[in-house]
Amino acid sequence: MLLTVNDLRVTYRVPGHKPVEAVKGVSFQLDAGQALGIVGESGCGKSSLAKAIIGLLAPASGEVLLDGHPQTGRHPRDIQMVFQDAAGSLNPRMTVRQTLEEVLRVHRMTSPGETEARIGELLDLVGLPGKVLGAYPREISGGQCQRVSFARCLALKPRILLADEPVSALDVSVQARILNLMRTLQRELNLGVLLISHDLAVVRTICDRVCVMHGGEFVETGKTDNVLETPEHPYTRTLLAAVPDVGRAFSGIRV
Amino acid sequence: MREKVLEIRRLSVSFQRDGKITVPVRDASLTVYAGERVAVVGESGCGKSLTAMSVTRLPPTDRAELKGEILFCGENLLTASESRLLAVRGHGIAYVFQDSTASLNPVMRVYRQITETCGRMSKAERIALSEKLLEETGLPDPPRMARAYPCEMSGGQQQRVMLAVALAQRPKLLIADEPTTALDVTTQQRVLDLIDRLSAKYGMAVLLITHNLGLVAGRMERVYVMYGGGMAESGPVRDVLTAPGHPYTEGLLAAVPRLDAPREQALHDIPGTVPSPDAWPQGCVFSPRCERADDLCRTEVPCDKPLGDKRLCACHHPCPVEGGAPCC
Repeated sequence: MLLTVNDLRVTYRVPGHKPVEAVKGVSFQLDAGQALGIVGESGCGKSSLAKAIIGLLAPASGEVLLDGHPQTGRHPRDIQMVFQDAAGSLNPRMTVRQTLEEVLRVHRMTSPGETEARIGELLDLVGLPGKVLGAYPREISGGQCQRVSFARCLALKPRILLADEPVSALDVSVQARILNLMRTLQRELNLGVLLISHDLAVVRTICDRVCVMHGGEFVETGKTDNVLETPEHPYTRTLLAAVPDVGRAFSGIRV
Repeated sequence: MREKVLEIRRLSVSFQRDGKITVPVRDASLTVYAGERVAVVGESGCGKSLTAMSVTRLPPTDRAELKGEILFCGENLLTASESRLLAVRGHGIAYVFQDSTASLNPVMRVYRQITETCGRMSKAERIALSEKLLEETGLPDPPRMARAYPCEMSGGQQQRVMLAVALAQRPKLLIADEPTTALDVTTQQRVLDLIDRLSAKYGMAVLLITHNLGLVAGRMERVYVMYGGGMAESGPVRDVLTAPGHPYTEGLLAAVPRLDAPREQALHDIPGTVPSPDAWPQGCVFSPRCERADDLCRTEVPCDKPLGDKRLCACHHPCPVEGGAPCC
């Protein structure tokens, strides 16, 4: 199994306050080439879970296993993360070329002679034209910034892509393109994809399995189609009812 | 026939910078009837927000030039005096913007912001009125929230406070510019339901600006689809969304992730991006991204054609619609 998360708990401690349990014992597995969605509203612990998996937060207990080896306390290169605020996660004073060069150099991914070719490859992978290389993040669109973030992750040849609300700040047409890109990357590079979102319709477009998170716990887990067709937990039904869906709004009329 | 609250007639907004003139809104026309819920839909950079802000002349007037007519209850706001505008802003027309954190004053307690437009009042009156308005917006514990600072609240709660601010003067028209884009789906649904409810209760017209057609479906009465600074298509929501006439509407609709679409199929996306206003092509602005574009589209700007009796569509080759004008 590529990624195994066992009974992971994240607790925030603030002196003088009661500790807050943001993630209360979450377990799941993810294999290469699979896409797993984690859905829930703000404050349910999705992002804390993501940060604990990637090592940005120390879990209170539980373990993250990569190929069966514990990862706790490390920042595994095999898992790379894409954030919601694409422009905000890029350095505003670095051009796209500098951003990509930096990753390759710091992690010694390429020798100086190969860097240029590798950057070209990365741009092709995420569907960016070569002319963006000289641009600063503020000079390109939100969707292009998000593609640069993807390219930066892929530079490290990860095996798992962890995306925390990658499309919720984007326009619908751009959102569609980024979701299509994620699907292509998952298939072509056989990546394990972990997609975190509050929108079930977004998760449904690329994820085979979905975990519904509420109050720090998984309240429902299963194949996406099964969960969406026959939601068991009342919270899943609430989430489902909140999806702004064109088809459903008129379904009663068309028939 | 219902009374028109807002009528925008051929509005153009132009900016002059370094001797170059750009026109991000061109000949946009729009009507909102009393108590009606109308949506303006389009991608970023289509001129939606600029149009909405122009209604009360909010764009910087030293740089922006507004042409056309904006009739609010019959009065042209483009020629109205500054003092008259101050009376309309907040009182006749209220706004709710996308970024509630930036719209609220971080160092002012909520009750003072809600009653800022109410003139002279005692502190006790301000608090009492705020509590009443906050209760209407469905916030829990209004007495505590009225005395809180914006930073003590979540995004959804702040957006409710913005609504309370907007409602303080019982406006005839509420302009909501992407009010829920920063919120998650369950909160989004609650805030939009609230706007619907308040609109029905007070007969307040709503102009909702959004990029998500999913929000418009089943919620709004009429929709304007905006592209390249003008209206691409308009009509009753159900008609436009079930049988789009303009290829842009079709593209937007297909890009929305749906719960009933086949899963293996990639989402449709509209090729290319919205060009910036200084690089708009000749002819139809949408032609470089359009599958149906031909030489006519690339040379001549399409004018509004009726599709059926309630719809308009600015396209040389609209999708055939039953009862519509014959397709060329």
